[in-house]
Amino acid sequence: MADIAPPAYRTFPIIPELKPGAMEGKGPFVAPDKINEALGFPGHLEDDWHDKAIAKMGDLLSRYRSLKVYMDACVHCGACSDKCHYFIGTQDPKNMPVARQDLMRSVYRRYFTLPGKLFPKLVGARDLTREVLDEWFNYYHQCSECRRCSVFCPYGIDTAEVTMAAREILDSVGYGQKYANEIIGKVHKIGNNLGLPGPALIDTLEGLEEDVKEATGVDVRFPMDVKGAEVLLITPSADFFAEPHIDSLIGYAKVFHATGTSWTLSSMSSEAGNFGLFIGNYDQLRTIAMRIRQAALELGVKRIVVGECGHAWRVAYSFWNTLTGVGDGADPNDRFAQMLQKQLDHRYKQPSHICEFTWDMIQDERLVFDKSKNDKYVITYHDSCNVARGSNMGGYPGGQFDIPRNIIRAVANNFVEMDSSTSYERTFCCGGGGGLLTDDLMDVRVKGALPRMEKLQQVKDEEGVNFMACICAICKAQFTKVLPIYGFDRKVVGGVHQLVSNAIQLGVK
Amino acid sequence: MSTLLAIFIYLSTLVFVVGLLQRIRDYAGTPAPLKIPTTPAPTTGGGVVLRMVREVVFFESLFKGNLWTWVSGWLFHFSMLLVVFRHLRYFTEPVWGWVDFIQPFGIYAGITMVAGLLGLLARRIFVERIRYISTPSDFLMLVLLIGIASSGLLMKFVGHPDVIMVKNYFLGLMHLSIRELPSNFVLYAHLSMVFTLLLIFPMSKLLHAPGLFFSPSRNQADNPREKRHIAPWAAKLESEK
Ligand code: HEM
Ligand code: SF4
Ligand code: SF4
Repeated sequence: MADIAPPAYRTFPIIPELKPGAMEGKGPFVAPDKINEALGFPGHLEDDWHDKAIAKMGDLLSRYRSLKVYMDACVHCGACSDKCHYFIGTQDPKNMPVARQDLMRSVYRRYFTLPGKLFPKLVGARDLTREVLDEWFNYYHQCSECRRCSVFCPYGIDTAEVTMAAREILDSVGYGQKYANEIIGKVHKIGNNLGLPGPALIDTLEGLEEDVKEATGVDVRFPMDVKGAEVLLITPSADFFAEPHIDSLIGYAKVFHATGTSWTLSSMSSEAGNFGLFIGNYDQLRTIAMRIRQAALELGVKRIVVGECGHAWRVAYSFWNTLTGVGDGADPNDRFAQMLQKQLDHRYKQPSHICEFTWDMIQDERLVFDKSKNDKYVITYHDSCNVARGSNMGGYPGGQFDIPRNIIRAVANNFVEMDSSTSYERTFCCGGGGGLLTDDLMDVRVKGALPRMEKLQQVKDEEGVNFMACICAICKAQFTKVLPIYGFDRKVVGGVHQLVSNAIQLGVK
Repeated sequence: MSTLLAIFIYLSTLVFVVGLLQRIRDYAGTPAPLKIPTTPAPTTGGGVVLRMVREVVFFESLFKGNLWTWVSGWLFHFSMLLVVFRHLRYFTEPVWGWVDFIQPFGIYAGITMVAGLLGLLARRIFVERIRYISTPSDFLMLVLLIGIASSGLLMKFVGHPDVIMVKNYFLGLMHLSIRELPSNFVLYAHLSMVFTLLLIFPMSKLLHAPGLFFSPSRNQADNPREKRHIAPWAAKLESEK
C-alpha cells in the first residue's frame, strides 16, 4: 500500500478544478460467476443484458418512489456538486453527486420520458450502451452511500438511493461487485461477513475472557448462545478479532458486567453488518435481517442491542422493523413477528444501540468511571455517516449526535470538536463505506478520506488531538489503513466503548 | 392569429393539467418501501409539515448548500410568485382586493425575477462544475424564463398593448369564446413563451415543484422503531412465508 500517495491538503477549502476521467477504470473487481450465482444472480453478462437492464429499471421505478422522484426532480442546480468526499479527493467530475445520478438519469430520460425519446441531445439523454454500463460499474462503486449530498439538495435527492438502484440493476444482469457479493454469500453460509465459524468465535471469546481477567482481575464473561439471557448483542464481526474493534467489544462486555445485565452473542447470527443495503437489494436485506429475528426467538431474549457499526445501525434502526417486525406493529398474519413482539420488552426501544444502553446506565448512575484513565488522550469524535444521516438514537432529533458525545464526556476529560463544516449532519464519510472497504478500491478510498484527514490534521495541530473516536466498524478499519498514509499513527482511531473500557471501574457498584 | 394562439393555449393548458395530475398520481401511487428521512429529520408528522414549509418557503437545504444559488434562486422564485399573483387581474372580474393591492410590487418583482434568472444563468456559464452538469435544455429553460419576464417588462415600460382587450380575451377563453387580442408582436411572443412553459412542465425538470412534496428523504417522519412502515409489495413477501 506504500505506493499510494495521498492527495495534498487544500490550503484553502476551495472547490477543486475538474479533472475529467481521473478515476476512469479505477472501479472494483467484477464478481466471478460462482459468487453471483450463489445469490441467485446471473453469473455474468449475457447477450440480452440490455433489455433485462431496462426492464429492471422499470421495475425499480415502479417499486421505489425515491428513485422515480429523484430521476425527475433534479434541476441541475449544483448545490450538491462539491459535497462528495470522492469528488473532493479525486476531482473527477463524474464523482459529483449530480453527475453520478446523471449517469442513470440520462438513460432514464432516453427510455422513460417523451423529450428523451424525441430529443435526446437536448435533454442529455443517451442509450444504454456497453460503455455506459461500464461507466455505471465504475462510478457507482465510487459512492459510499453516505447521503451527504442529500442534506444539501433542495429536494433531498439522495444519490445513495440511485447508487443502490444502479447496483441492483448491475447485479440483475450478472455484473456484480466481487467484494460485496462474496461477503453476502458468507453471511448466508456461515452467519457473518468474515466467515468465522462458531467454534472459532467461542475460542476467541474465551481468549478475551482470559485477557480481561489478566488486565483487571475481574471475571468478565463473553457469553455465546445463552438461552434466556436478557440482551442479545448483535455486533459487526470485525469486533471479534480486528484492531481496534475488539477493544470496543471488551467495553460492551464490561458495561454489561458492571450493570449485572445478562447478555449473549449468537453464533448463528454473529453479524450486525448487512451488505444487502450496499447492493440495494430488498430481498437480500430482508433475508440477512431475518437471521437476527431467528436468533432472538431461539434464545428468548428480551432486548436486542446493536454494537458499534454505522451502516448496520442504519439498517437496524431504520429498516429492521420494516423487514422483520422487530419493533412495534407487526402484521397479524406474521406468526414469527407476533411471537417476537410478545417476547421483547417494549419498555425499551427495539432495537437499541449500545450507546443508548450505556448512556441510560450512566444516567441511572449504575456505572462508575475513573476519567483520568483516558487522560493520555485528547479526544475528538468522528460522526459516522450512516449513523449521522440515516438513523437516530434516543428517540429525539439529534440524539445520534449527543449520546456518543455524552458518553465520551462521561468517561474522559479532554474532548474537542472538529470543524463544524465536517461534523454532525455535515460529517464526511471515512472513505470506505457502502461496500468500498476492499483493497481493489484502495486508490479511491485514500482520496476519499481527504476531507476528514484535513480537519483531523487541524485539531491535531491546534489542540493536540491524538484520538479520534467513532462508532463504526468500517470507519475503524478504513482509518486504520488510511491514517498512516496521511502521516498519522494508526492507533489514532478507536471506538467510543474503547474509551468506556479504559475508564470503567469494575466491582465498585 | 388570435384563434391560432387560443388553440395553443387550450392545448398547452390541457397537457399541463392532465400531465401534471397524471405525474402526481404516479408519484403518490408508487410506494416508498423503506424509511429514509435525511437528518435533520423530525420524529412527528407535525415536524414533517414544518420541515416542508421551511423547504418550500425558504429553500432551507439549498441555503445550507450554496449561498449564491440560494440568493438567485429564491429571488427568482418569489418574484415569479408575485408576478403570477399580479397576473390574476386578467382572469378575475371584479379584481380581488389583494390582487389590486400587490399590483405595484408585482412590477418590481418582474425586475428582480430577471435579476435572479441572470444570476442563475451566470452560474451555469461561469462556474466550471455547473457548466459541466448543464444540458442544453437547462440553458433553454433559463432563456425561456428570461424571455417571458423581459417581454413582460417590455410591455410594461415600452409599448403598452391594450390591457382591457387582453383581459377580455382571457375572460373570453375562460368561457370558451375566442375574442380579439391586440396585434402586438411582443404580446404574442410573451404568451407563446408562457404557454410553452406550461406545455413542457409535466415532462421536464420543472417537476421539481411537485417532486419535493413526494421526496421520501424529506416527507417521512423518523419513527421507524415506534411504527412499522411497510410497502404493499413488501408486505406480500411476509404472507408468502
Ligand atoms: C413548490 C414550488 C417550487 C419550489 C419549492 C421550487 C424550488 C426550487 C429550487 C430550490 C431551485 C434550485 C435553485 C435554483 O436554481 O433556483 C429551483 C430551480 C428552478 N425552478 Fe423552482 N421551485 C418551485 C416551483 C417552480 C415553478 C412553478 C417553476 C416554473 C417556472 C420553477 C422553475 C424553476 C427553474 C427553471 C429552476 C432552475 C433554475 C436554473 O436552471 O438554475 N420552479 N426551484
Ligand atoms: S452518497 Fe456520499 S459518496 Fe455517494 S455521491 Fe453522495 S456524497 Fe458522494
Ligand atoms: S442539489 Fe439536488 S437538484 Fe441540485 S443538482 Fe444536486 S441533485 Fe440536482
